[in-house]
Amino acid sequence: MFESKSGVFLIAGIGFFSLSFLVMGVLPWTMYLDQPELTVEEIAEQGILHEFVDLAERFPKQFEEQYPGGVTTASFAEALELGHKIYVGEACWHCHSQQVRPVSNEDLRWGPVSHAREYQNVLQRPVLFGTRRVGPDLAREGARRSNDWHVAHFFKPTIVAPTSVMPEYPWFYDEDGYPNKRGFAIITYVQWLGSWLVEYPYYQGEGPAGPTTDDAINQRRAGTQTKKKETDF
Amino acid sequence: MTQASSHQSSAAQMNAVARDSLVDTRIVLAYFSVSLTFMLIAMLAGLLFSLQFLQIYPFAGIEFFSPGRWRFIHTAGVAFGFIANAFLGALHWSVPRLTLKPVLDKRLSWFIFFAWQAIVLASVVGFLIGHAQAVEWGETPVWVDPVALLGLILVGINFLSPILKAPGPMYVTLWYFIAAFVWTVLVYAMGNFLPEYAVGGAASGALIGLYIHDLVGLFVTPIGWGLMYYFVPIILKKPIWSHGLSLVGFWGLAFFYPLNGIHHFLYSPIPMFLQYGAVISTIAVEFVVATVIINFFGTIRHKGDMLRTNLPIRWFYIGMVFYFTTCLQCAFQVTLTFQKIIHFSDWVVGHSHLVMFGVFGFWILGMITYLMPRLLGASGWYRPSWNAWHFWLSGIGLLVMFFDLTVAGLVQGFAWRGLALWEESVIASSPFWLLRMITGVAIIVGQLLFICNIVMTAIHKRTVEPTAEPSGTPAHGAAATT
Ligand code: HEC
Repeated sequence: MFESKSGVFLIAGIGFFSLSFLVMGVLPWTMYLDQPELTVEEIAEQGILHEFVDLAERFPKQFEEQYPGGVTTASFAEALELGHKIYVGEACWHCHSQQVRPVSNEDLRWGPVSHAREYQNVLQRPVLFGTRRVGPDLAREGARRSNDWHVAHFFKPTIVAPTSVMPEYPWFYDEDGYPNKRGFAIITYVQWLGSWLVEYPYYQGEGPAGPTTDDAINQRRAGTQTKKKETDF
Repeated sequence: MTQASSHQSSAAQMNAVARDSLVDTRIVLAYFSVSLTFMLIAMLAGLLFSLQFLQIYPFAGIEFFSPGRWRFIHTAGVAFGFIANAFLGALHWSVPRLTLKPVLDKRLSWFIFFAWQAIVLASVVGFLIGHAQAVEWGETPVWVDPVALLGLILVGINFLSPILKAPGPMYVTLWYFIAAFVWTVLVYAMGNFLPEYAVGGAASGALIGLYIHDLVGLFVTPIGWGLMYYFVPIILKKPIWSHGLSLVGFWGLAFFYPLNGIHHFLYSPIPMFLQYGAVISTIAVEFVVATVIINFFGTIRHKGDMLRTNLPIRWFYIGMVFYFTTCLQCAFQVTLTFQKIIHFSDWVVGHSHLVMFGVFGFWILGMITYLMPRLLGASGWYRPSWNAWHFWLSGIGLLVMFFDLTVAGLVQGFAWRGLALWEESVIASSPFWLLRMITGVAIIVGQLLFICNIVMTAIHKRTVEPTAEPSGTPAHGAAATT
C-alpha cells in the first residue's frame, strides 16, 4: 500500500490533500457562513464618506469630468471598486498590511485590533491581510491623513515623507497634476479603510482610541512605555 | 535499496536500448534554456525592486515599471518560469529512464512546452498592465488561471502514463512524482479559484495560506526531492542508505505538510484553534525533514570527498543543508513568540530566499550542471572554473543575503514593537537593504557566468577539453579550480 501506485495516488495524493483542505480550508469557511458578505453597493449605501465629498469639493472640475453624476452612492461604489483594483494591481498589498494584530503594541500604533467581521465584504475577496510591512498597516488609514496629503503623497511620496521608499504614482494624475480617475479611486479607497469602526474618524491623531500620527504616538510613548512593559512579552 | 540498485541496472540497460526513442533530449535542453532565461529575468526583476528601497529606482514614474508590478514578475517568474520549467525538463529526463517507457505523446510534450511559455509570458503581460490577482504567489491574472490549470492537468497525464504502465514496485522518486502531479493540480485549483469566486474574508485567508504553503510543499518540494532521490544515487554510484527512512520521509511529508497552511497568518482573525493546529503540524514537519536529511547524509557516507570533487553533488548537498536550516528555522519562527516580532518583516523575505534559491534553485543548478554537457553533446565544459565561480558567488551571495535579511527583520520587528516612528524603522533598514542589493548583484553575476559558460560550451562543443564524467573521479574539472 505504501509503495503502490494506487496507494500513493489515492491516500497521499487525494486523501491527505482533502484532509488538509477540510481542516485548514473548509472548517474556517464554515465559521463565517452566518456573516453576510457585503457587496460594494451595500458598502456605499451605508453612507458616503466625508472624504469623497471633500474630493468633489476640492477638485470640482476634475471630479465632474470623471463622475458626471457627482457624488452618489453609485459613483462612490465605482471609486471604491476601482481603488481596490489598483491596490491589488500595483502590489500595494506587498508593502502594506491590512490587519492590526493583538500583539507588539499594534493597537497603540494603529487603533483597534482587526476583527473577522471587518473582512466580510467583496473588497476583501481575496483577503488583503498582507505579507510584508515596508510601509505602515493601512487597516485604520481612513481619515488619518487629509486628501491633500494623499494627493501629494501618491504623486511623489518623498514630498511629504522625505525618507519614504514608497514608489511614486504619477499615472494617478492628469497633465496638470490633478488626480485623474485612478487618483480619485485610490484615495477614496484608502480613506475608506477603517471607516466602518465606531471610533472613526481618527482625524490627525484625535481618534477616541488614542493618538495615531507618528508625532502623537511618540509623545505618548514616553508616558506608556513603562506601563506596557508588563503586558507585552 | 534493492529498488535503487535495480533502478540503476535498468538505467544501464537503458543506454543499450535506443535511448532516443525514450528520452527526447531536445525538449530537456529547451526547458533548461527557458528556465535559465526566466531565472535571469526574475532575478533582474528582484534587483530592480530592491533599488526602490534605496530610493534609486531607475524608472521611477513610468507606469509599466511600477515597482510593485515587477515584484510580481520576480516571485511568479521564479515559481512558474524558473522552477517549473527546470522541473519539467528534469522530468522529461528522469521519468522515461525510471519507467523505461516514453511519455504519453511527444507532440503533447512539445505542445505543453509552448503552451507553458505562453502562460508565463501572458502572466508577465498581465502583471504589467495591472491585472494581478490578490493571491500571494498566485497573482497570475484570473484569465490565465484556467489555461494554466489545464496545462498542469496535461503535464500530469503525459507523465502519469509511463509511470502507470511500468510494471512492478516503484522507486521512491516515482512516489514523489505521482503525488506531486495530483497535488499540483488540486492546489492550483484551490488557491486560484476558491478565494476569488467562492469565499472571501478571513476564510479566504486560510485558503491562501494553504495555497502559498502547498505550492512550496506539494509542488516544488516533492518534485525536488524526487529528483534528488534520482540523481544523487546515480552520481554517487551507490543506493540510497535506508529504504525505511525514505518511506517515513515521504509519508510524513504527505501527511503533515499540507496541514501547515494557516501558519502564514498567525494572530490574524482566523480562529485561534486552527492557528495552533498549524503550528503543531509545522513543528512535526521538522522531524520528518530530519529523517530525509539523515537518509541522504547516510548515503554520502564514505564518499564525502565527492563534495569537493564533484560540483553537482556539492550543489545538491549544500541545498540539503539549506533545506534543513530553513525547516529548523520554520519550527522556531512558527511559534507565536517569534511571530510577534518577525511577522511582516524582512526575516520572512530572508527565509523565502533561502528556500526557493538556496534549496530548489541550487538543486536545479546542480542538475543543469550535471546534464548540460550531455544535452549539448559536449565532452566537458568550456571553462570549468566559471562553474566553480558560479557556485561560490551564488552560495556566498545567498548566505550573506539570508543573514542580512534575518537581522534586518529583527531590527524592524523590535523597532515596531517599541513604537518607534515608522520612518525610523525605514531608516534603520536602509543599510541592510543596500547589502541585500549587493548580494543580489553577486548572485546575478554568478548566473551570468554560468549562462555564458553554457553558450560557449555549445559553440565550442567539439573542441572543449573533456572533463571527467561527473562521477566522482578527482580529476573532475570544476574541482581542480576550487
Ligand atoms: C515599496 C513598498 C511600497 C509600496 C509598493 C507602496 N507603499 Fe505605501 N508606503 C510605503 C512606505 C515605506 C510608507 C511610509 C512612508 C510614507 O509615508 O511614504 C508608505 C506609506 C503609505 C501611506 C501613508 C500611511 C500613513 O498614514 O502614514 C499610504 C496611505 C500608502 N502608503 C498607500 C499605498 C498605496 C495605496 C500603495 C499602492 C498604490 C502603496 N502604498 C504602495 C511603502 C510602499
